[in-house]
Amino acid sequence: MNSEKVTKRILFIASFILIILISGIVLTLISGAFPVFEKYGFSFIYSDKWDPTEGKEQYGALTYIVGTVITSLLALIICIPFAFSTSLFIGEYYKGTLVAKIIGTLIDLLAGVPSIVYGLWGFYYLRPLLFNLGENTQGYGIFTSSIVLAIMIIPYATSISTEIISLVPNHLKEAAYSLGATRLEVITNVTIPVARSGIIASYILALGRALGETMAVTMLIGNSNLMPKGIFSLGNTMASVIANQFGEASGLKLSSLIAIGLLLFVVTGFINGIGKLIIKKFA
Amino acid sequence: MSKTLKLEILQATGNQKKRYIKNKIFQIFVVVFAIIATTPVFFILFELIKKGIKQINFDFFTKVAPDSFEAMMAVSSGKGIPGGILNGIGGTLIMVTVASIVAIPLGLLIGIFLYENGKSRYANIVRDVSDILQGAPSIVLGIISYIWIVKNVTHGFSALAGSMALAIMMLPLIIRSTEETFKMIPNSIKEAGLALGIPYHKILLKILIPTGLSGLLTGILLAISRVIGETAPLMLTALGNPTLSFNLNKPVDAVPLLIWQFYNDPNLVDLVWSSSLFLVFLVLVLNLISKRIISKRK
Repeated sequence: MNSEKVTKRILFIASFILIILISGIVLTLISGAFPVFEKYGFSFIYSDKWDPTEGKEQYGALTYIVGTVITSLLALIICIPFAFSTSLFIGEYYKGTLVAKIIGTLIDLLAGVPSIVYGLWGFYYLRPLLFNLGENTQGYGIFTSSIVLAIMIIPYATSISTEIISLVPNHLKEAAYSLGATRLEVITNVTIPVARSGIIASYILALGRALGETMAVTMLIGNSNLMPKGIFSLGNTMASVIANQFGEASGLKLSSLIAIGLLLFVVTGFINGIGKLIIKKFA
Repeated sequence: MSKTLKLEILQATGNQKKRYIKNKIFQIFVVVFAIIATTPVFFILFELIKKGIKQINFDFFTKVAPDSFEAMMAVSSGKGIPGGILNGIGGTLIMVTVASIVAIPLGLLIGIFLYENGKSRYANIVRDVSDILQGAPSIVLGIISYIWIVKNVTHGFSALAGSMALAIMMLPLIIRSTEETFKMIPNSIKEAGLALGIPYHKILLKILIPTGLSGLLTGILLAISRVIGETAPLMLTALGNPTLSFNLNKPVDAVPLLIWQFYNDPNLVDLVWSSSLFLVFLVLVLNLISKRIISKRK
């Protein structure tokens, strides 16, 4: 066999390992979650009873699903004005200047700070701040976690949308300027319509990040097993319930946590898939 | 520019004036929000340095973490908390090394495969799979590593399980950076090699990899900096260990795991700042080095 064939074979085998890996992950999660779905069926997803007491064990993930969705969406809403301004700052207003470079580097640094450090910062600085503003849950809760999450996903929401905004062809913008449009009018009538799908896609990808964040949320959300009543109440998310309860879990409880992991994996995969699809269509 | 704009605003009437003012307000909004978006970096770094720097000394790097009782006794007799984070540094080092040994060669090969087979249907599937892995929450990869390694291979929490979780996280990042790097190498260089009749593996090893070395290095450094601060998957796999251990079959500590442990122990809580400062510093240095490599290449 000649060396070219051997090389190609090796490359193919490497790529196939990746396929085996993802199949293994999916199968492992499904088989780990199987006992729960066998026992409760789909009521696992829409029941909000989570009771690990022996004898009357009952598991439903709705509280955590709702917690995850509210925290992540709220984080996205908080993040968008900042991420959008930053993209316009770097990709439009001050494109190519030193200031834009500095702001871009700082935003990149934001992505480098580990989740647990965000958690600490949120715990020691943001939480007392919110508590003093009159929150009655000692500053813990969904709102606090959402603010920290929003800061954490700003770099993800910014990076792709900046790139796409800066790629809007100059001649389109110049045509609008020549008609006497102000910069704001150019942005709303040219830049945003042209870059729309790319901007949306980058926010969707940021949402995918927020869904799976664990440590910072675990340290701030209060880890309550009750259904959250609003954005200021305590809550719990899918990722943080796994982090909190996996250590001592066995049997049906372990299986429930794996089932939550499976749901999380599927949902983030789905969200990321949509984001990537939009970008692909745009490109 | 601003002078003429002001003049225009003064001269403009009615509707036109409104448009200019709106335009100005929006620009101010953009600048203010963009600046606010960057402030958390300063807040966080400032707090870490202010509270953490005084605890960083020689012991910090050469002694293992104190237990809760030791720390309590030392503090009640008026001394600082003794000990350091050597067990965490050692554990992080061993796990990142093992993860790199697995993920770097495999990621390079898969990246090269994607570069070579570009648009084939199978290559697209491989690329999508890599994207899915990149978006997968780290805690889920912790669960996987727990089931595969902790339960079935090492029969207990272990450094190997932690490395596995980190390797799965590094893999998609290295695949992507490898493919992107090779795409940027001019085809003519590769074709020159082909024209000389050089066998394919030599083109890879002697032309493509040396030419793209800086790009590959950047990808690897970024992948390492991404996993070095991971806490959640290690809680389910490496668990933590109060002594310095390099045994792959036994639990080890890691810097982020130590931060979590300090945070949960009222006697040790003062140590979170120095260990966080160290961790953030490590990540930022890796980031900046890789940025330098990029800018040099350009």
